Amino acid sequence: MNFFGYKRSDGRAGIRNHVLILPTCACGSESARIVASQVRGAVNIIFNTGCSDVQANTDMSQKILTGFACNPNVFGVVIIGLGCETVPHAKLREKIQSMTRKPVVSFGIQEEGGTLKTIEKAVRAARDLAAEASLQQKELCDISELLLGIECGGSDATSGIASNPAVGELSDKLVDLGASTLMSESIEWIGGEHVLAKRAATPELHNKIIKICADYEAHLKAAGQDCRAGQPTPGNKFGGLSTIDEKSLGCIRKGGTRPIVEVLKQAERPTKRGAIVMDTAGYDISSVTSMVAAGCNAIIFTTGRGTPTGNAIVPVLKVTANAQTFSWMEDNIDVDLSGIIAGELTIADAGNLLLKKIHDVCNGRLTKAEAYGFSDIAVDHVCRFV
Amino acid sequence: MTNAILLDVKDNVATCTTAANKGDAIKILGGGEIICVEDIPIWHKVALKKISRGEKIFKYGEIIGEASIDIAAGGWVSHENIFSVPRDYESEMI
Repeated sequence: MNFFGYKRSDGRAGIRNHVLILPTCACGSESARIVASQVRGAVNIIFNTGCSDVQANTDMSQKILTGFACNPNVFGVVIIGLGCETVPHAKLREKIQSMTRKPVVSFGIQEEGGTLKTIEKAVRAARDLAAEASLQQKELCDISELLLGIECGGSDATSGIASNPAVGELSDKLVDLGASTLMSESIEWIGGEHVLAKRAATPELHNKIIKICADYEAHLKAAGQDCRAGQPTPGNKFGGLSTIDEKSLGCIRKGGTRPIVEVLKQAERPTKRGAIVMDTAGYDISSVTSMVAAGCNAIIFTTGRGTPTGNAIVPVLKVTANAQTFSWMEDNIDVDLSGIIAGELTIADAGNLLLKKIHDVCNGRLTKAEAYGFSDIAVDHVCRFV
Repeated sequence: MTNAILLDVKDNVATCTTAANKGDAIKILGGGEIICVEDIPIWHKVALKKISRGEKIFKYGEIIGEASIDIAAGGWVSHENIFSVPRDYESEMI
């Protein structure tokens, strides 16, 4: 199976060709937004961190910023910094340039003499990059270049019974075709981690999966917190999910059945092809953010209660098996899988349908969240701002 | 037409695919029928037999929690009457 995508110099393939306006910290976010709104082909993210952070938080925000810049869906990057943040624009630019050969330029608000002067220069830079990007032709790429992020959010009981197994079927099909899938949300392995770990390709990976859950609980406990207080969410409970264990056992079904070949730290880029898992929060926006930083070209997102979420550089394809949610929130959800519950659609057929939908997205079809320009982001934190 | 789905033969709950009222006979895909003893919202769980306080709840053939009070056969199983049990990660290592 092939798709028409954008070949990058590092060998990966993008399914979009965005110019990314990237703030180094919260203080650059508004200018980045204004620059992106002025230039067709440019997108921005709002970044609420990057300053007054302990080292572990800085490491995480740098992984997200560099990961977004290196994502194969991005043609080039315009960085907007302030000047006194933890990692200033020139340093971030050099770091990104050491990781990728795509064009990167950067500006600092204090250096330029305020936001208007910065915006003026950044708009010109973004305009020139967008013009260059528009000349890049799509080429035939093998489906093995696809790294699909698998996410669920606003889950109810239909997620674990129908939409997650359907996405699991899609994941198996993609892995069999040579592509890779990435499932995250390690907090939502708890209670099902022994089932997930059975898919590990080696005993080391098996134990890594168990340890991630143990460490996550210990981390929260050290701060006097318990994951069971926030999971399941009130919406999950209303939708029939009573415990984290019940939620997890449904969640992990979206990863399919193929052997897990790699277990990644948060926002880390995979080194293998196949079914991969990553340690992230169960908070869907944060999990998607980390998977995009890891290089996912597309995200498939199951929901029961309905969610509008989208990402600035990676299309998010939303599916539900809850008939009422689909008819009520059709403007936010791309695929109706309620036929599974009604007994009219098999999981196998749903997997084939999703493969076609994802193939279309790879070829450029806009998802609903993408058409609306939604660009949610949440950067995970190790501890408080300082 | 069925009103609930049984996911595994080990399970002692089924997931309602329609809302059920007290006194309704719930037809279960995967086996049998049960009379509902209280109103149960759509997508919530019905107990397939009497579940005593301290007993484990099974869905997907796996433990999803423990009953905090006695739950009657045909009763509504929710976050109000079951809770998550801490994991024993050490024993899961190979």
